[in-house]
Amino acid sequence: MSIEVSNISKHFGSFTALDNISLEFPSGELVALLGPSGCGKTTLLRIIAGLEQADSGKVLFHGEDASRRHVRERQVGFVFQHYALFRHMSVFENIAFGLRVKPRKERPSEAEIQRRVHELLNLVQLDWLHDRYPAQLSGGQRQRIALARALAVEPQVLLLDEPFGALDAKVRKDLRRWLRRLHDELHVTSLFVTHDQEEALEVADRVVLMNHGRIEQIGTPGEVYDHPASPFVYGFLGSVNLFHGRVHGDHLQVDDHVLALDQHTLSADTQAVAYARPHEVDVVRPEPGATGIPVVIRRILAFGGAVRLELERTGAESKENAGTPIEAEIGRDRLRELGLAEGDQVLIQPRGARVFPVSTAATNQAEKAAA
Amino acid sequence: MGATRQILLTRHSVLPGFGLALGFTLLYLSLIVLIPLSATFFKTATMGWGAFWEAVTTPRVLASLRLTFGASLIAALINAVFGLLVAWVLVRYRFFGKRLIDALVDLPFALPTAVAGIALTTLYATNGLIGHWLDQYGIKVAFTPLGIVVALTFIGLPFVVRTVQPVLEDIEAELEEAAACLGANRLQTFVRIILPAIGPALLTGFALAFARAIGEYGSVVFIAGNMPMISEIAPLLIITKLEQYDYAGATAIAVVMLVISFLLLLAINLLQWWSSNRTKSNR
Repeated sequence: MSIEVSNISKHFGSFTALDNISLEFPSGELVALLGPSGCGKTTLLRIIAGLEQADSGKVLFHGEDASRRHVRERQVGFVFQHYALFRHMSVFENIAFGLRVKPRKERPSEAEIQRRVHELLNLVQLDWLHDRYPAQLSGGQRQRIALARALAVEPQVLLLDEPFGALDAKVRKDLRRWLRRLHDELHVTSLFVTHDQEEALEVADRVVLMNHGRIEQIGTPGEVYDHPASPFVYGFLGSVNLFHGRVHGDHLQVDDHVLALDQHTLSADTQAVAYARPHEVDVVRPEPGATGIPVVIRRILAFGGAVRLELERTGAESKENAGTPIEAEIGRDRLRELGLAEGDQVLIQPRGARVFPVSTAATNQAEKAAA
Repeated sequence: MGATRQILLTRHSVLPGFGLALGFTLLYLSLIVLIPLSATFFKTATMGWGAFWEAVTTPRVLASLRLTFGASLIAALINAVFGLLVAWVLVRYRFFGKRLIDALVDLPFALPTAVAGIALTTLYATNGLIGHWLDQYGIKVAFTPLGIVVALTFIGLPFVVRTVQPVLEDIEAELEEAAACLGANRLQTFVRIILPAIGPALLTGFALAFARAIGEYGSVVFIAGNMPMISEIAPLLIITKLEQYDYAGATAIAVVMLVISFLLLLAINLLQWWSSNRTKSNR
């Protein structure tokens, strides 16, 4: 079932949680709502579920207005961050709950309930735990049971509120992959809220990036990562280096140095900030004829497939650029080839950096500082 | 076997002192509870089995025991229902004067029971403020068993409210939201989700209010009228026997009350142990 929200606004006192949000979620997709805490993603999810009422705007399920429908009539499956399992019920009874509370006419027979619950337990691969109580399960198992419970009533939509937020890193990774497989099997329209960009990019068909109650960008994981629409998205989807300067044609004048740019639409002589991810930063030895921005190597983090270098600008004149840490990622072979050591002076050449005018970039920086 | 015993007794803890604490507890309970109570058994033993049976099976004693336990049970049940309601209102809603009502709940603890008895009698007597009005419908409260129930309800109220309140506060809103998402209506959510969660606390409050009511004397004697066979409670009968220097007869009734109370409270505790065992599991 497709979901559409139109012109949703929500305020808590003077705080604007959602500012005129309109979105469409096509049927059968797995969509991630991604953003920093307080960006309104959870509020939006709760409004779609009917657990919260919007100040204005509509929620449409399959084109029908569901705004006035009560939670229990919306047929949504909701999975909470802290599981919200019923402690006094066994795993089996937790999953059967949604079937047992149905009006007598719609309620399946006991044999049917048995069959359905065991089917769901098999789906989440935890049938052997059916007579346990929630207190006896691990966090990952609890969340899988919570998901099975939500699926028991055959919801039209599955809503997950930071489903893996309370789990440790290893379990998270396993569950992510598992959720993706499960979705491919069931194809129920699913929305999940997360503040973890890796999680969103890895699991979702599409990612909705939110900030301050507004939508920053919508797209497939590849689109939003490769073509961030705003400095906020750039900064939120992984680490990024900033270079302040002035636009001249196809390059940015950063102090005395020249930085090549990706195609852009800014007019000449605009104050701008260039964004480049660590793997887009080349490092070269300061030999005669070599160009680039001079930096000193502070640390070399030589683990994993790529080596990370923590660098610091030297001799930067403008105060925005002075002392800004820069991160570069180079291959192991490249590191050996250059023979770099901590404390060395080198030059960096960002490739294909993207520029944004200073005004939009400034707000992003203020946010980064606040965070 | 020996190893598990060892572990149980000397489990490592940042706050040791198991031996000292248990020793003190046993000594303290002996001094305060066990010795005084066993004295009643010893005193009763002086009268012999036949005389004991005769003393506690007279119609007057049986009627008083029935009244005491019956009225206490009714009062405790009333408190369980309305105490839960008061706790619910205090936890779930915000309103003007909430703190005041919260403080009001404890008053039955602080008030001398005689004062409570006299106040209730004045109110519920046929010429009293409420009694006058009830009398028009032919309902007599003061000087009847009904009056006893009113007095016992009054003194037992705080127990249920104070035991249920914190547990109710701890129930996550998410549990109710989860139930609603799964299609449960309000009644189903209350009966299947909230009630089981507060059940043990409610049972504790009920047991405390019940126990308190069984032993209550001060407030009841004023409102009961104390007519033998009709509105005479067992504690009053004990006092009456004492005044007649029938010490063994008095302790005999006391022993019967003790045994019945102990068995009832034990049953409630077992019930609680069973229900908490089910959810907390065998880890």
